[in-house]
Amino acid sequence: HPTPPPPCRSAALPGSATCTQRACAGRAAPVVPVRRGPAPGAAEPSGTEPGPGAAMAQPAGPAAACPVQNQMMHSSDAQGYNPAVPGSYSHPKVPPHQPSGQYNYSGSQNVSQFNSYQGPGQTLNRPPVAPLSGSPVQQTGPVPQVPPPALQNSAAISSAGSFPPGAGPPMLSNWQYSQSAVSHPAGTPPSHLAPGTGTGSAQPSPSLSGNTNPPGSYQYAASPGGPSLHNSFMKPGSAPPPVTQPLTPLHPPPRPPLGPPPVGVTLFVDFGHYNFCTSSIHLKYLSSLLLATPHPSPAPPNLKMNRNVGYSYPALPPGYQNTSPPGAPGMQASALQYPDGSKHFHQPPLGTNHLTASMGSLSLQQEGLRPVNLLQERNILPTTILQAPVPNLHEDIQKLNCNPELFRCTLTNIPQTQALLNKAKLPLGLLLHPFKDLSQLPVVTSSTIVRCRSCRTYINPFVSFLDQRRWKCNLCYRVNDVPEEFMYNPVTRVYGEPHKRPEVQNATIEFMAPSEYMLRPPQPPVYLFVFDVSHNAIETGYLNTVCKTLLDNLDLLPGNTRTKIGFITFDSTIHFYSLQEGLSQPQMLIVSDIEDVFIPMPENLLVNLNENKELIQDLLRTLPQMFTKSLETQSALGPALQAAFKLMSPTGGRISVFQTQLPSVGMGALKSREEPNQRATAKDIHLTPSTDFYKKLALDCSGQQVAVDLFLLSGQYSDLASLGCISRYSAGSVYYYQSYHHKHNPVQVEKLQKELKRYLTRKIGFEAVMRIRCTKGLSIHTFHGNFFVRSTDLLSLPNVNPDAGYAVQMSVEESLTDMQVVSFQSALLYTSSKGERRIRVHTMCLPVVTTLSDVYAGADVQAITGLLANMAVDRSVSATLSDARDALVNAVIDSLSAYRSSVLSIQQPGLMAPSSLRLFPLYVLALLKQKAFQTGTNARLDERIFTMCQVKNQPLVYLMLMTHPSLYRVDNLTDEGALNINDRTIPQPPILQLSVEKLSRDGAYLMDAGSVMFLWIGKNCGQSFISQVLGVPNYGSIPQNMTHLPELETAESIRTIAFVSWLREQRPFFPILYIIKDDSPLKSSFLQNMIEDRTESALSYYEFLLHIQQQVNK
Amino acid sequence: MESVVFIFSLIDCCALIFLAVYFIITLSDLECDYINARSCCSKLNKWVIPEVIGHAVVTVLMLISLHWFIFLLNLPIATWNIYRFIMVPSGNMGVFDPTEIHNRGQLKSHMKEAMIKLGFHLLCFFMYLYRLSSCPSSLV
Repeated sequence: HPTPPPPCRSAALPGSATCTQRACAGRAAPVVPVRRGPAPGAAEPSGTEPGPGAAMAQPAGPAAACPVQNQMMHSSDAQGYNPAVPGSYSHPKVPPHQPSGQYNYSGSQNVSQFNSYQGPGQTLNRPPVAPLSGSPVQQTGPVPQVPPPALQNSAAISSAGSFPPGAGPPMLSNWQYSQSAVSHPAGTPPSHLAPGTGTGSAQPSPSLSGNTNPPGSYQYAASPGGPSLHNSFMKPGSAPPPVTQPLTPLHPPPRPPLGPPPVGVTLFVDFGHYNFCTSSIHLKYLSSLLLATPHPSPAPPNLKMNRNVGYSYPALPPGYQNTSPPGAPGMQASALQYPDGSKHFHQPPLGTNHLTASMGSLSLQQEGLRPVNLLQERNILPTTILQAPVPNLHEDIQKLNCNPELFRCTLTNIPQTQALLNKAKLPLGLLLHPFKDLSQLPVVTSSTIVRCRSCRTYINPFVSFLDQRRWKCNLCYRVNDVPEEFMYNPVTRVYGEPHKRPEVQNATIEFMAPSEYMLRPPQPPVYLFVFDVSHNAIETGYLNTVCKTLLDNLDLLPGNTRTKIGFITFDSTIHFYSLQEGLSQPQMLIVSDIEDVFIPMPENLLVNLNENKELIQDLLRTLPQMFTKSLETQSALGPALQAAFKLMSPTGGRISVFQTQLPSVGMGALKSREEPNQRATAKDIHLTPSTDFYKKLALDCSGQQVAVDLFLLSGQYSDLASLGCISRYSAGSVYYYQSYHHKHNPVQVEKLQKELKRYLTRKIGFEAVMRIRCTKGLSIHTFHGNFFVRSTDLLSLPNVNPDAGYAVQMSVEESLTDMQVVSFQSALLYTSSKGERRIRVHTMCLPVVTTLSDVYAGADVQAITGLLANMAVDRSVSATLSDARDALVNAVIDSLSAYRSSVLSIQQPGLMAPSSLRLFPLYVLALLKQKAFQTGTNARLDERIFTMCQVKNQPLVYLMLMTHPSLYRVDNLTDEGALNINDRTIPQPPILQLSVEKLSRDGAYLMDAGSVMFLWIGKNCGQSFISQVLGVPNYGSIPQNMTHLPELETAESIRTIAFVSWLREQRPFFPILYIIKDDSPLKSSFLQNMIEDRTESALSYYEFLLHIQQQVNK
Repeated sequence: MESVVFIFSLIDCCALIFLAVYFIITLSDLECDYINARSCCSKLNKWVIPEVIGHAVVTVLMLISLHWFIFLLNLPIATWNIYRFIMVPSGNMGVFDPTEIHNRGQLKSHMKEAMIKLGFHLLCFFMYLYRLSSCPSSLV
């Protein structure tokens, strides 16, 4: 991971020099106090040209009047970059968003205490004294190899002391647990002759990792010694039965046994062993073991058993795992097939499993492939939210797989070759939401992060362990050594279980990065706000809302004691605010030279938030009033951004720009390009930026780890296509409030308030880079989202926020022959607002298939739609909008005709689609009717471009809601099938198709379109609903601009509000609820979303299907 | 006269060959991640106009010196160069745009293009050399 270039800390002084120089030249504007009155900092309070100019000519400007400033400069400097200062980036405190699952340990320290290793898996077929660890091994007898209790206690205490309190108690309890296991040597099976099994005999799913292991998981660590295993295998059924008996009482299986009771207890020993070996280990051992004892029986289908145990998440308690006696010979046979275990070993286990898995989920496959005649099935939309398809992997791998909300692939069955992919005519790509707010996230603190030595992949659940000391990378297949520290498992506090480490148990994990991952000390959180204060901006009254929201949330800004904040306002000049400590009020410095912008003073423009809070609050209170009389209509956005960049470049951080009009002066001035009467034609609309100024500036920002977020609040055309570049390439986000006005548009005001609150308080990662790796043979060829692609697979993200989604398109460069699965890994390295460098890693594993039907069976229609939308945005920018629309339609036609010609054996009339793709035409039609791609006059250019920005930057879930909203009938909500969350009953009405046909005049319908919701009240809607939910006497008295549901005491009201707030809680932003009736102006936006209906310029769903059928059958 | 034309073309062709090699080296540096996209593109964009001019000059020279075959040989590539230069979207930083070079296999197509040009210029080089040596009023 290349880290950001070191900042130029000396920039401050040249800055002041420039300032002086300019002041001498008489070009700098006077220092003006913010409030008309005596200004302590300024030499001359009046605004006359020469006086303050002279004052500015003093080195460091106002510093002359305030000798303390220099000291302040130094002290703040020290605080920013000296790790010795308390409160800088050594933060042992756990951030609040990781409630549990903190695996904090310092590997080397503890390992040294555990050097008498107790590796149960390791003892399998090696002599117990196998000198695997470099440390002296002291396993010399049946004495359980646990360190003396005192020693371990001290270890536990020391770690508990040095780490967050949350992690301490579980460790202790865990320790007590293992002690109890030790104190019951009777618990070890008689056949377990090997030493060290006592401790390993029963490792419960440790409380420490409550979040990582499912509640039902049961890690059975009974480890037989080598000889005993031999015995048990060679004479099946001979081992004494009571093996489990002493153990199960200690750890009662949390779920009822699913299979028949144990039949061959001998096997249990083996299965118990498998529990903590990866299947690879066990297969290898078995194969070497069984060479001597050939077993001719063929592999039965229930081979999956061995995978089952591979990842220590057995679905069944160990005692019940040997559900089928023939499993044992089968397993031996399977092992026999690979006598040369170490050679092909990464493949066979997955292969056999895959085979089994396919058999196991045959029905699932069939379901995905079931042909559906789209023209005949009228009710094709599922009534519940569509879930992502489950990859066709064995359930134990699948259980470890990454959450589809974080990481999703368009094809859950990866085609083996590019030719096959081309034949399927479906796009292959990934959709990521890597920085999503997670309620549970395991965090690992370790001095070494285990990564593949050649491709730098992070160790993940899908690697295979050749033995205890070596693992094979699942991306490049290189064999790597397991470092000594990794042998110790901090969760179970057992040595010799690298495969049970949290890194190998979680597909989503966060590492605390050591200092190798930084080129400079982690930056402090720096927030700079840039406000447009021209006449137009003041007129909208946004400054009031923004300042008030900011004031309210000042303490909630993510950060620490080093947080810095600054403000810039601009009209045709640029105003800086000195917030120097000691000043009684903020001081405004005006720079009128917008051709060559400079920073008027080196320090105090970005100040420590905590130390100067009063001054900042003072400024935020006065700012809205300061410009009320301004008549300046020009907007110098470009120079203001340049100034902001200069101010931020030494540290990096976030710039939030509020702009209300087209920038008109200075660099980056733009001209209006929108021609309203040309909106109808899809040609000649300006989707491309008109200048490269903003792009260049964004790349400069990106280089200095500065991200720019743009809030555009404008009534007229503001050329978002050009302005948006500033955010797009600096990994910022764009917000657009069309026709914002504090009086005329109160709904937008509320929306701004809510979204700004979320924006200010959400998590933020600074100076981030993200790399997406994939198994050799696959390659990424296009990236979608807001970032700058720094090298082939490295995305530079100056800021990363939890609401941003990314997409990549992939191609199969080399055919994936001999591979059963492929993996994808995204690693996001960022600096948290607490000043810690962290790496968040997501890994996903997917099966490879060789036939076209399998590819179709695994198609994820939502992900495909999301990726196609991203591609269509690119296409409309690089070519034309109509090209993009054609491409979308062709995507449906091509894939369905490929399905028809290559997969369907019987040619049936009608439009056939595999069940997995049955919603594809509907979603594509929805895309065509979406603001970004629709034709017709009702989309304004900025709005269209904003929707395109959203397509690129939204995570898939919200993109899908935006494209294809959910419609519910809410006037007859019942508690039937309701969810129960925290004592709240949330009704679950079925999702209706988006067609007016589904609306009835005597109902009320809620349409959830992601960022906005509509509640449409039918004309003859039941009186009870109107009075008991809306709180008005009759239909006629429903107010025109109603956006809130009153909280009434009636059951209907409680249900409706519970449902609406439940929908809202699922997303980070705040969807506004519009209550509309027949004569509301918003009715058209509501009806616009009726995707299945015909509009003046677009086809209805049925017509669209007919059109596709015509093309497909050609 | 003829020899002067070809000597000039030869020199120009050498320059174009060097330029093509430079393009290939820089692009492969980017491919191997030795330099970042930003600096790569700014380096390459600097040389786009010299390349267009260099090639256009030879083409025009061949036209006025009435070497029809060589002129027609050069014409497509010269046209392509100019077309490519004109068709850069207004928001892009030039023919090579750092924000797009990693997308849609652009890097590969740029590389392929540079390779083709290199081959073409080498061909031209030997052709000019041959014509020069076979010139009646050869200087050599």
